[in-house]
Amino acid sequence: MKVGVIVFPGSNCDHDAWYAINENLRGKQRKAEFIWHQSANLSDVDAVLLPGGFSYGDYLRCGAIARFSPVMNAVKKFAADGGLVLGVCNGFQILVEAGLLPGALLRNQDLRFICRHVRLRVETTNSPFTSKLEKGQILRLPIAHGEGRYFADARTLDELEAEDRVALRYIDNPNGSMRNVAGILNRGRNVMGMMPHPERACDPLMGSVDGLGILESILESTLSAVPALTQ
Amino acid sequence: MTITPELIEQHQLTTDEFQKIVSLLGREPSYTELGVFSVMWSEHCSYKSSRIHLKKLPTQGKYVVQGPGENAGIIGIGGGWVAAFKIESHNHPSYIEPFQGAATGVGGILRDIFTMGARPIAVMDSLRFGPLDNPRNRRILDGVVSGIAHYGNCFGVPTVGGECVFEDCYSGNPLVNVFALGVCKENEIFYARASGIGNPVIYVGAKTGRDGIHGASMASAEFTEESKQKRPNVQVGDPFLEKLLLEACIEAMKTGAIVAIQDMGAAGLTSSSCEMGSRGGVGIDLDLDRVPQRESGMTAYEMLLSESQERMLLVAEKGREDEVFQVFRKWALDAVTIGVVTDDGKLRIRHHGAVVAEIPNKALADEAPRYHRPYSAPYRKAPMGPPTHIPASKDLSADLLRLVGSPDLCSKRWIWEQYDYTVRTNTITGPGSDAAVVRVKETGVSIAMSLDGNGRYCYLDPREGAKLAVAECCRNLATAGAVPVAATNNLNFGNPERPEIMAQLVEAIEGIAEACAYFETPITGGNVSLYNETLGEGIYPTPVLGIVGLMKTAIPPPVQFLRVGAHVILLGGLRENHALRFGSTEYAKVILNQLWGLPPQLDMAYEKRVHACIREVLESGLAESAHDLSDGGLGVALAECCTGEIGARIQLNAADRAEFTLFGEAPSRILVSTADPDRIHEIALRFDIESVTIGATMGGRLQIGDETIPWIDVATTDLKQMSENTLPKLLHTA
Repeated sequence: MKVGVIVFPGSNCDHDAWYAINENLRGKQRKAEFIWHQSANLSDVDAVLLPGGFSYGDYLRCGAIARFSPVMNAVKKFAADGGLVLGVCNGFQILVEAGLLPGALLRNQDLRFICRHVRLRVETTNSPFTSKLEKGQILRLPIAHGEGRYFADARTLDELEAEDRVALRYIDNPNGSMRNVAGILNRGRNVMGMMPHPERACDPLMGSVDGLGILESILESTLSAVPALTQ
Repeated sequence: MTITPELIEQHQLTTDEFQKIVSLLGREPSYTELGVFSVMWSEHCSYKSSRIHLKKLPTQGKYVVQGPGENAGIIGIGGGWVAAFKIESHNHPSYIEPFQGAATGVGGILRDIFTMGARPIAVMDSLRFGPLDNPRNRRILDGVVSGIAHYGNCFGVPTVGGECVFEDCYSGNPLVNVFALGVCKENEIFYARASGIGNPVIYVGAKTGRDGIHGASMASAEFTEESKQKRPNVQVGDPFLEKLLLEACIEAMKTGAIVAIQDMGAAGLTSSSCEMGSRGGVGIDLDLDRVPQRESGMTAYEMLLSESQERMLLVAEKGREDEVFQVFRKWALDAVTIGVVTDDGKLRIRHHGAVVAEIPNKALADEAPRYHRPYSAPYRKAPMGPPTHIPASKDLSADLLRLVGSPDLCSKRWIWEQYDYTVRTNTITGPGSDAAVVRVKETGVSIAMSLDGNGRYCYLDPREGAKLAVAECCRNLATAGAVPVAATNNLNFGNPERPEIMAQLVEAIEGIAEACAYFETPITGGNVSLYNETLGEGIYPTPVLGIVGLMKTAIPPPVQFLRVGAHVILLGGLRENHALRFGSTEYAKVILNQLWGLPPQLDMAYEKRVHACIREVLESGLAESAHDLSDGGLGVALAECCTGEIGARIQLNAADRAEFTLFGEAPSRILVSTADPDRIHEIALRFDIESVTIGATMGGRLQIGDETIPWIDVATTDLKQMSENTLPKLLHTA
């Protein structure tokens, strides 16, 4: 599996994602490489990861400028062709701004940046990002964001739930996200955005290895002959 | 413009200093030159009041690669890697404009680190404010914390620890000291020594504007009623630009085309150019017309003194400029050749085709006046003797809860949860612990770090207070399992022109020197912040120590007790806690509202043996939890161990009064919970320190007493709530 980690100006979790995939993920062949935001194509990657950080300083609005980066055209095409795209934190914000995922991420309810470990419930295993997890499983992952409050209109939220596209929910909602949403899937189930950081929880030294399950799911999905796409 | 006495005074130069300038130049300075001298010879840049005393600090040691004098100190950490670290203050700007003042404080220290080639991997902050019942102090705290979060989070460096203390004396003079640490390979260190006659001098990063002009001079004066007018002197930070600058600098350094590099901090273009020139023994010619500018019509004076942020000056190898330019273009940053290295040792500034300043670099950087300011006995108003009657506590349980919920001792979660402390995936132990521990992925070594200062102690005895701060930092590191190896210090004091304040500074420096020599933690750099006075009211003398230790990468035991039925050991023993030394404690402050006597007594030899002992206990895997005693003494330390779900039943056989035993702050002590007390006692015996089993853990309550009487009985949930709710409660009413 080759994962392209996109580097936008201001990305600051790119190295962490790269390290987690190359050094913490065990077993089968895996490799992460950086893709500069001005690249017009993604070469031969099996999955794309949009890392956390403050792309373009979060100026204007989180992710609002990054979505115009040349590489995003390639990412959109890759996603349209069924390629796996995971957006973490700022990556989630960019995916939302780019229209690859519905809704918006607003400032946290108490208007402050929050860094802490939170508990999440796995809501679906029917996705290439969660296939190795158990439904109802509790994950402990760090969050670190100022603008992570998931917002969408009631119809969109109903739709997400009806189509089993809420992948992760907060158990103790830290930021006021509607219906405790922490991570969602697109309709094709090949694009996921999540505010918590799985790449920061892949090493026992970091206090949790619960992020590995997500990376392992992606690894298995990219290696299996039949893509884990249903619906 | 003619140089009048008023103009000289406005530049905070004395008549003697002006005469010295005239004799160094062999003529009267121009207006521009006067401005350049005024910032370079300011207290902030020249350390003119402290320099002769700073020489007393130990700066050599087996780990030291670079001592004071560069942008940051550097130590070897093994495996061919080094760590660069330093602490800096941004006290004055943070008072005037808390958010930007603190933000640019973080930005400045980060540049000091990566200008040396080291990628920043950790930040810590030491903060002091006035009491939070005053809305202005709440606003300052809120602004400072948001500013630190804004800058550090966006830049992508974890803020892994720090301290936050409240006293009246910081109401008009908040202290914002920021520590940063970075790592790189030993053969990838960059220095700020210009060399190679004819080499181009290249300006990179943000454009120059009018912000921050005379910031360094502002930081070298007391505050008056007019100080709030100085808001335009505070710079505005852009952490996104700094992040780009970091990546671009590190990438450009890898080209091999860079000879020297220095950030533009205080006194901006002036200090970076003359210091690089002075260190390298060369001259530098700059053409200001080429400087990227954000505003039009700037004068030479304004450009030279601007403290616009996120700028660097570098010297490249002649003919290889394009390699450098290419990297900066990739990161969409300005990079322009604005000058050249010359052989005449002078800083020569051209503007609109004319030479507007021509000053020997050495005159600016090294010939600054040095004052042997007179000093007397350290200022203190507190009585030495204890009050004739120290009232007996009516309810020790209530006292403990009050202490645990006091602003100084309560959980600072409200602050540190606003900082990203997990980015870069190196943080093994983050905020809320005795020491922060950050791994270095490439080497299997981790770096432990701790910040500490105690203004109350230092006010009562600056020398002993400073030694106690060193001891406490080292104890913090040892409690994580690390060996302390080097230190940085931030000396926050009042007006050095007052002999009794100067005396505080001298005593504190000598105390630090003695303790750092003893604990083998040489000072590799630091910062002096004087004139922390508003309307004649000075701060407590507040030296803040940042000490760095090394350890094999491992997870240190937690502060909290983990399970029911473990033995609780007090390493170091009860020590003596007398009335004379009780007036400096948090108990005296919070419960008695008094200050008297002396700080706790430190026996450095004993302290050092305690450190060696706890390290061996940890290495032997005997400690299930470990927490060192500090502010609030044994009682508060036990309470902190009980903020998980596990409590303890403790029996103390003390000769002293219960309050003294519980809340005396005698140093050199560590609480450990263990399954095997005998082996710990054995180890302690070998190190010749006391080790006492004082009780055992149990569910849900903390009970403390002597053989006969229960002193304290509280629920662990109450302790936790008191600790956690204080800051949110105080600050949400803001």
